[in-house]
Formats: sequence, structure tokens, C-alpha cells
Amino acid sequence: MIVLRWLRAFAEFWIDFVVGDDWTVAAAVLVGLLGSWGLVEAGLPAWWLLPVAALGSTAVSLRRAARR
Amino acid sequence: MNVPVLVTTFFAAAIEVIEMVAIVVAVGSTRSWRAALAGAGGGLVVLVALVAALGTALRTVPLAPIRLVVGALLLVFGLQWLRKGVLRIAAGGWAIGQGEEHVDEGDVPPDRFDWTGFVLSFKGVSLEGLEVAIIVVAVGGAAGALGSAVVGAAAAVVVLAAVGALTYRWIARIPRRALQLFVGALLSAFGTFWAGQGIGVGWPGDEVSLLGLVALYAGAGVGLLSLVRGWRRSASLESR
Repeated sequence: MIVLRWLRAFAEFWIDFVVGDDWTVAAAVLVGLLGSWGLVEAGLPAWWLLPVAALGSTAVSLRRAARR
Repeated sequence: MNVPVLVTTFFAAAIEVIEMVAIVVAVGSTRSWRAALAGAGGGLVVLVALVAALGTALRTVPLAPIRLVVGALLLVFGLQWLRKGVLRIAAGGWAIGQGEEHVDEGDVPPDRFDWTGFVLSFKGVSLEGLEVAIIVVAVGGAAGALGSAVVGAAAAVVVLAAVGALTYRWIARIPRRALQLFVGALLSAFGTFWAGQGIGVGWPGDEVSLLGLVALYAGAGVGLLSLVRGWRRSASLESR
């Protein structure tokens, strides 16, 4: 029982750490990473994609939060 | 004592140690010094165990997957803080929450150990420390002067840790909300850089691009502040 509670707290901690207030930002980072990996594999410049995905998704998330 | 090896290792390690100290000071200033220092200590213990176990075989440790995982986690967490910082400053202004006040009761548990701060600090110290250890083994091993390389890296750690301890007093005077926004930008920049390195992204100027990323995220945070204020105004006008 104590182990189960500890495991649940551990899982909740990591979900909160990664997802936080808006899961779409974490999802956009994942998409940005996959896209960057694709560009690297294709031999194209990839350094620009991750910051664009991160800041673009943060801006969209902030717009949603501000208009609530 | 091999002076060229000592100097080379000092400067090569200094770049990594600056990143390590920046994360620990940022986490300590905005969340909890106890958690940040415990995380740093934990990271160093793991690192010492790893160095003791592997020795010169450290050169074979695959850094790319470690950078990818640590970087991705730092990036998603950094963006959360950037977002929260922007929302709070937009709502209540910059100069709120100085000294020992918490940014928000929801961020740092007042009566419990701050595991989030611990993990952030632990990851930063263990990853950067691992890179310092690899520099020592590579430079010292190649020149047959491992002792000089260890002294050079240790000097970099001592000097920059002292700089971190001195800047803490200055950082403590910055309003907490502003600090939260800029620490979010800092963590996002480190996370972007390391995660990119982990998947093989070639950064223009290599480590120098970290400064550009910090400026980009901090500038974007300040820019988003004006946008959020505008969105709030238009939303309140529409609701009337």
C-alpha cells in the first residue's frame, strides 16, 4: 500500500514536471524534436526548428490563458 | 605539472562549469537553496561514483542520449516557468516578491522538500560534470598528464563556484517574478541547446549559440508580456 502510494506520487511528480499547466507545450517540444531529427537525417540545417516550436507553442498557450 | 594541459583543461572545463553554476544559482534563487544544493551534491556524488567505476573508459560513455533526455526535460520545465512568469508579470507588474518570499505558493512546497528544484539542479550538475570528467580524461589522457588535467578542472570548479556564491547576493535582490521569467528563459535555452546536441543538431558557433538562445528566450518573454497585456485588454472589452 505504501509502495503503491509512493509510486503514484512519483508518477504524479514527473507528469507535473513534464506537462505542467498546458500539455500542448510539451507536445510541441516533442514534435519539434522529431522534426529536428528529421532535418538532421536529411542533412538540412535544423538548429532553428526547436526554438520556433518552443516559442510558438508558448505564445499560443499564453494567448489561450490570457483570453480566459 | 604540465602547464599547457592544466590551462587547456581549466578553460575547457570552465565553459561547462559556468553552465552548471548558472543552473544551480538560478534554481536556488527562485525555488529553494536547500533543494538546489542537495541536487548539486547528489549530482556530484553520482559523478564521482561514475568516474571511480569507469576511469578512462569514460570516453566511451554515449553523451548524445543523456543530452537529449536532460535537455528535453529542462526545455519543457523552462517553458512552463517562462509562461508562468509572463502571466504573473502581465497581471501584477514586475516588482513583486523580493527577498525570501516565494514566487507562488503553488510553485515551491512551503512545508515539504522541493523535489522539482532537486531534480533540476541534479540534472544540470550531473550532465555538465560528466562532460568535465570526459574533458579531463580526453585531454589528460592524450598528453599523459592526467594529474594536471584534474588540477585544471578542479580549479575551474572552485573559481566559478566562488563567482556563483558571490553573485547569489546580487541575484537575491531581483524581484522574484522577473527572476522566474529569466530563469525560465535560461533553462529553456540550456534545454534547447542540449536536446539539439543530443539529436545531432549543429549549432552555429557551437557553445556561443547558447548566449544567443538565452537572449532569444529572454527577449521573447519580454515581447510576449506586451502581447499578453493586449490580449487581456481585448478579452475584457469583448466580455463587457
